[in-house]
Amino acid sequence: MSTSPQNENLTRRRLMMGLPLAGAAVLGVGFWKMLAGMQHGSFNPHDINAPVLNRPVPDFTLPDQPPGEGFSAQDLRSLTKPVLVNFFASWCIPCLAEMPTLMSLKDDVTLWGIAYKDRPENAANFLKHSGNPFTRLGSDHEGRVGIEWGISGVPETFLIGPGGIIRWHTASPLDVDTIRNTLAPLLEKLKTA
Amino acid sequence: MSRPRLTSLRRLVPAFLIGLSVLLAPALVMAVDDPSEMLPDPKQESRAEAIGSQLRCLVCQNESIEDSSAGLARDLRRVVREHVAKGETNKQIMDWMVDRYGNFIRLSPPLSVGTLLLWSMPVLALLLGLTLAFFAYRRRAAAPAAPPPLSDEEKARLAKLTKD
Repeated sequence: MSTSPQNENLTRRRLMMGLPLAGAAVLGVGFWKMLAGMQHGSFNPHDINAPVLNRPVPDFTLPDQPPGEGFSAQDLRSLTKPVLVNFFASWCIPCLAEMPTLMSLKDDVTLWGIAYKDRPENAANFLKHSGNPFTRLGSDHEGRVGIEWGISGVPETFLIGPGGIIRWHTASPLDVDTIRNTLAPLLEKLKTA
Repeated sequence: MSRPRLTSLRRLVPAFLIGLSVLLAPALVMAVDDPSEMLPDPKQESRAEAIGSQLRCLVCQNESIEDSSAGLARDLRRVVREHVAKGETNKQIMDWMVDRYGNFIRLSPPLSVGTLLLWSMPVLALLLGLTLAFFAYRRRAAAPAAPPPLSDEEKARLAKLTKD
């Protein structure tokens, strides 16, 4: 090694300057990615139940929720095209706010609804007023099916791929950004697959 | 000046304690506010309570399901009691919950690569710091090499610089 002490000092000084800068840059990029993800809906720090993802839907059978016909895990597993399953309740204000978005979505994807911890007559009334985007409707009056799916509140939405595999989940109301940036590309992928 | 202030503060302490107990009272009675929830067998009930106190209420997030009055917490309490009554082990019930809600539902996270790294981080950071300090110290302790004597050319330059 023939580096002079001055040179060695210089590289050390550069390292002392560069390492923290590089560390800060890495952290900055990471935080920026998280924030960007939060903004367009692909990352949600409050999303707590990941375990259901990429698993088949849990076993359940739901009675009819008027005006729709109830359904079971078997119905979802025998499907060949994607379905969006939405847990809602008449007592849930964010669900009410989400309804116009679901109505605008119903021509692009099949929607099935589950009325969570709700009296069937209240849920039916809710759908009469907000519009009904769902082609099948089950009533989870006791909330036990919600626990099987791992939901922690309403609204929650699951994208079910062919064969009844849960492909995507969100624990917050669907909005235009989430649909455009996350849901639409996923649906496109499932349709071509 | 300071004396009256102190007494008024002293008078405030019991008031504060009473206020605090009023605030905390609902939390204390919560777990027993509906006796119909409890299992008839006190042994099974205490086991269910022990399991429930290890499960996070996913609505309030920093309370256990035994402490929370949220609807989901009540439902999960019932699920725990059903499983206890069926004679399942604590581990079976925990696994049932984790299977649906992930490790987030456990108030004390399990030992894994991630949590091990998290918990050992202070020790690792301390060791790293000590190692760095040790090498820096040894370097400084080693006799600093005397700078080589100035060459004639450098001496001339220095003389020229100091003259100005």
